[in-house]
Amino acid sequence: MKRGHGSRKRSIEVISIATALLIWEIIARIIDVKYILPSFTSVVSAFIKLVQGGELYRDILTSLNYFVLGIGLAVMVGIPIGTLMGWFKNIDRAVDPIIEMIRPIPPLAWIPFAILWFGLTKYAAGFVIFIGAVFPILINTYTGFKHTPRVLVESGKVLGCTSNKDIIFRIALPFALPSIATGIRVGMGVGWMCVVAAELFGVSTNGIGWKIWHWNDLHHMDLVLTYMLVLGLIALIIDRVFRYLVQEWWLRWQSGVVV
Amino acid sequence: MTYHTEEGDEVPALSDINLEMKDKEFVCFIGPSGCGKTTLLRIIAGLETPDTGIITVDGEPIKGPGPDRGMVFQEYSLFPWRTVLKNITFSLELKKVPKVQREDTARQYLELVGLSKFAESYPHELSGGMKQRVAIARALVNDPKVLLMDEPFGAVDAQTRNRLQQELLKIWERDKKTLLFITHSVDEAVYMADRVVVFTSPPGRIKEIFKVELPRPRDRTSVEANVLREHLLTSLGAEMKNTIV
Repeated sequence: MKRGHGSRKRSIEVISIATALLIWEIIARIIDVKYILPSFTSVVSAFIKLVQGGELYRDILTSLNYFVLGIGLAVMVGIPIGTLMGWFKNIDRAVDPIIEMIRPIPPLAWIPFAILWFGLTKYAAGFVIFIGAVFPILINTYTGFKHTPRVLVESGKVLGCTSNKDIIFRIALPFALPSIATGIRVGMGVGWMCVVAAELFGVSTNGIGWKIWHWNDLHHMDLVLTYMLVLGLIALIIDRVFRYLVQEWWLRWQSGVVV
Repeated sequence: MTYHTEEGDEVPALSDINLEMKDKEFVCFIGPSGCGKTTLLRIIAGLETPDTGIITVDGEPIKGPGPDRGMVFQEYSLFPWRTVLKNITFSLELKKVPKVQREDTARQYLELVGLSKFAESYPHELSGGMKQRVAIARALVNDPKVLLMDEPFGAVDAQTRNRLQQELLKIWERDKKTLLFITHSVDEAVYMADRVVVFTSPPGRIKEIFKVELPRPRDRTSVEANVLREHLLTSLGAEMKNTIV
């Protein structure tokens, strides 16, 4: 039944987007000041120029490079710590207060130390993104492990899991995977938001975030807006691709249960 | 199997239990809620340790879970991330049985519980009764001496329950395991067990043990079965009065 409405739903979405773009264009033409609101058409032509010049690819790749660095590190740190905290009560009690103290600090506040520790390198940018992404991953991993049903753990024991290692890797980890996937998704969302800030302090003269400020300084608001839209579009693509991979490959057993 | 324990200092769940089970016997536990029959089963499974007392299987005292005792839980306990077949091969993987061999064995047990067609399904695609069948196959694949079952058919509808009872009896007659089965249903106990152990209200003690000497296959509605049910209900009813529900 839902499928039957699919095409109609799609068409509503298309109309909605088209209308928004039209209103944007009309307002921009009424205002008629490029610096206040560039029109949709001027953004499109700026976009085409950027694509043709190859500049956009370089910027996207640069930003993605920082992003992958930050997220990769966040996954490598967040999942093991979340696992240990979720499984061992004493580790939880020891580490939790420290985490709760660091967690509320906004990632941007780390920028001075990022520069101090890593210099104006891609690692500094990656570090800021890491700070943004690591806590959602850690906490969702923790929650997943914490909620492992007792009956599954006991089934594991009765069926021959004798060590903590067996129980963690064969029972708790697979059970926690959906929660971990959610953590990575949220972490990537936060991490991507940190990209603009991470590039702001000038680790490179490429990158989507850097270019927003660069063209702002030169009052090229059409280009600023173009880069903003690219930023949003890439976040959307990353999220969709990740969701697809998770649903079709990683957590196929779950299909029909959640999401 | 002998078991003996005395009252612990905290809330005593069980006391003065002394029970011996014969090899390949089918024993049902029945009693008011909270009487500790599940606790007793969990102690036998090795999931809990008694404050005092000792249980032995073939003369060996129990120290934690072991492959000689299989268990089917009341709640659905299949691993949702594994297919039906992989749920059954779980214990064989731990024992490092080669893949071909363990899947072969698993398929035999899957056939035994009548679910060959569902080997590649995931647990969420199965009905409640099917899930418990897989759980039984998963416990049997280890070839345990004792199969412990904690109200395994409590959550399925009456028709399915009758069928599952028959199937379990068939498996039991074929594989000849010692079977320990907790139930709330007098009907179930009389239909299946060699002996029915009635527990008192908490702290649980053994109140009475009924021998069910009806010939198999049993007729649920025979006069003898009804008489026995009557006795059991009276015995149990006296206990229920002492329990606040």
